[in-house]
Amino acid sequence: MTARLRAPGLHRGLIGAALGFALAYAIVLPVRAAQGLHPVLDGDAVTIVGLLSAPLGFLFGLGAFDYWFYYLTGRPTRPEDHSGHGARSWKDYFRVNTDHKVIGIQYTVTSFFFLLVGGSLAMLMRAELAQPGMQFVSTDGFNGLFSVHASILIFLFVIPVFAGLANFVLPLMIGAPDMAFPRLNAVSYWMLPIAGLMMMASFLVPGGSFSTGWTAYAPLSTDQPIGQLFFTVGVQFAGASSVATALNFLVTIITMRAPGMSFWRMPLLVWANFSTSLLVVIATPFIAASQFLVLLDRALHFHFFDAAQGGDVLSYQHIFWFYSHPAVYIMMLPGFGIISEIISVKSRKPIFGYRMMAFSLLAIVVLGFTVWAHHMFVSGMQSWIRIPMMITTAIIAVPTGIKVFSWLATLWRGVLHLDTPMLFALGFLTMFVIGGISGVMLAMIPVDIHVSDTYFIVAHIHYVLFGGSLFTIFAGVYYWFPKMTGRMFDERLGKLHFWLTFIFFNLTFGPMHYIGLRGMPRRVADYSQQYAGWNLFISLSAFVVGASTLVFLYNMVSSWRGGPRAEANPWRALTLEWQVSSPPPIFNFDTVPTVVGGPYEYGVPGAVHGVFRKPGEVRPPTPAGGGATQVARE
Amino acid sequence: MIVIGLIASAIGIAVALSIDWFPIAGSTQAKKVDTLFDVLLIASVPIFVFVEVVVLFSVWKFRMRPGDELKDGPPIHGNTLLEVVWTAIPAMLLVGLCSYAYVTLRNIEHKPKHEMVVNVTGQQFAWSFTYPAANAGAKPITSTQLYLPKGKSVKFNVRSKDVIHDFWVPEFRIKIDAVPGITTHYRITPSRFGSYPVVCAELCGLGHSTMRQTAHVMAPADFQAWMQRKQAQASKAT
Repeated sequence: MTARLRAPGLHRGLIGAALGFALAYAIVLPVRAAQGLHPVLDGDAVTIVGLLSAPLGFLFGLGAFDYWFYYLTGRPTRPEDHSGHGARSWKDYFRVNTDHKVIGIQYTVTSFFFLLVGGSLAMLMRAELAQPGMQFVSTDGFNGLFSVHASILIFLFVIPVFAGLANFVLPLMIGAPDMAFPRLNAVSYWMLPIAGLMMMASFLVPGGSFSTGWTAYAPLSTDQPIGQLFFTVGVQFAGASSVATALNFLVTIITMRAPGMSFWRMPLLVWANFSTSLLVVIATPFIAASQFLVLLDRALHFHFFDAAQGGDVLSYQHIFWFYSHPAVYIMMLPGFGIISEIISVKSRKPIFGYRMMAFSLLAIVVLGFTVWAHHMFVSGMQSWIRIPMMITTAIIAVPTGIKVFSWLATLWRGVLHLDTPMLFALGFLTMFVIGGISGVMLAMIPVDIHVSDTYFIVAHIHYVLFGGSLFTIFAGVYYWFPKMTGRMFDERLGKLHFWLTFIFFNLTFGPMHYIGLRGMPRRVADYSQQYAGWNLFISLSAFVVGASTLVFLYNMVSSWRGGPRAEANPWRALTLEWQVSSPPPIFNFDTVPTVVGGPYEYGVPGAVHGVFRKPGEVRPPTPAGGGATQVARE
Repeated sequence: MIVIGLIASAIGIAVALSIDWFPIAGSTQAKKVDTLFDVLLIASVPIFVFVEVVVLFSVWKFRMRPGDELKDGPPIHGNTLLEVVWTAIPAMLLVGLCSYAYVTLRNIEHKPKHEMVVNVTGQQFAWSFTYPAANAGAKPITSTQLYLPKGKSVKFNVRSKDVIHDFWVPEFRIKIDAVPGITTHYRITPSRFGSYPVVCAELCGLGHSTMRQTAHVMAPADFQAWMQRKQAQASKAT
């Protein structure tokens, strides 16, 4: 019995969490007593410490740090028998596992769980907004709904689901047996459910969930009921997870590419995750800082953002947006990578302008750091800052435009396989253009001054994150589903899912542009009678979007359980992940592949990307995108 | 396809311009903002139409036919001229739009010779409007509704007592945050009689959606009469 309790796993994790929470009491009570603070037992203080110590206790208990702990204490570490690799039953997905394929699936499934949570919150919001006046929730409850909706979908869905898909696919694509730091990879994953459950748990505490939006502007956020802390601390865990994964991707991409896989032969998904990881590593510490400052303001009265005590209110927004603008590219660039893979494979053509596609990603990374204050045109900051921020914001449309036009040129004269992944890719292409155009409009200061904080903004971000990111996520999940599960999905249900989502997405978010311009502010529980008609229409459309997700879920679950077996390479793709079985063998490659050409040489007779034979036998390298039409000597 | 694209763009622009996107233009600034938006629409619609036409044409023309299952497209890797063109044209278009937006911004923020001042204070969850005393010795006037004379430039000095709010009258098209610790401001010239909503546009807590008041734009003579009435009330109160 004790042996079972001492073995790493979920039950030991729960014990660890309880011990962690006890530790919070053990720290807070003596400190408050020593300081002469009254009352000695303060729920707020215990919660703050507990929110940090209980999750760490959980991770210790779960076994996330076991190997390092053995190593540090000089005890014999477990030999590298790779017993943590692979999953034999569903139970293995609930343990600390170091296999990137298992972690990839853990990430993806967890993120989709949070998509359902965040989506359900949106349904509740649309139910309340269907008519003017208050029907189902209080105004504060409504503020809680949209705050948790946005936080969960940004920090627990879009950002991690891309990390999950890349976790599964990226090592396979570059011919690596695993990620560079498998144990770190496991820790990164396990911080996610902690962050998500923390944000959801905020609904249960006195005073209700955090209700200051996902932006949590100070000084509103420094003076809120205790639920706010669940955001402030939850973001720390999501952010730490994100940074650790990004470091892992960077090291993996830089050091673990197969022989012959030069940077200019990497698939664009790898380029996209390389760029994204750079953004994450540089930017994410800023949001961690902004939330720590809020925490210190609230818990220890540091007065960073208290104007009456010499604090500077606007500095919060500068720090926050210095992360949160690059974050929109963190939520978009991996999607660009997915679309490049799918459009090339499904058009049976090389990607048009491969090098420009890679360079434009890097350009977005650099420019992404120069535009943050366009979120602050009406914030009261120094007015001259607006002009350079308008110009940089407009310039960022140029590399983005290059990508869109290159995808169009890739379609041209191809042989288009219009199956579910391709439909979502094309749906993305058409919807993302709208988000991009409204983005350029928002860059123009006079227009932005009018539409800031209106439904026009709500429409814009949903065209970018739903019509943009979520469509690429659906495309990617359908595209790699055979590889991840070894099963084929139901193509008819996939198409039904696409058309329902595509049509009703537009009916939901299209009219929001209009009511925003007409003057309806965002983040309001109630609105004036003149917007009633459109809001009812939007709510009804939103419910169909919600229902369409059920089609997707049913398709995924039933196909995973009993879909037809997938072949190794159902899409006849060239990239390396399709050259191994579906699902891939436990160590990915039985022989290390050698990369001999570009990843997208479709239409080049006899072209291959990688070969599985000993180095030394390879033929001279051909650069990707170099216009090579040379016939492979097979 | 080019012909279809041109026709579709023309129809698209006509439809986009025929929609009445904005609320009533209640200030001289509003008309300039609306014109800028119309120019943006004219520039955007052809880009949108171009992308859609290429996608739809490709889907119709190049989709896989039965028997093509194993066929590949031609191995086209790129075209430098084309890539230069689609980098340069959007860049030039954006330079033009930014310049025009800059000119519009200068116009709507232009400081006139004579202007009146209204101090706007936000707090959870109401606005109050204070009119500085017209002459020495008189008291400033405070009101819960905003009254403005038509045709006179007004500068709002915006402050907050607690958290961030945002002072917005959609019909005037301009908004600015009310930030604790600093004074922000903007100018407008009301150009149309009427009553318009004053909206808080920045999430400020549980009463945010109820933080609504009214702005009344009236004839200068009526405004003067209102001022004198308020002045008399203010001096009677003390």
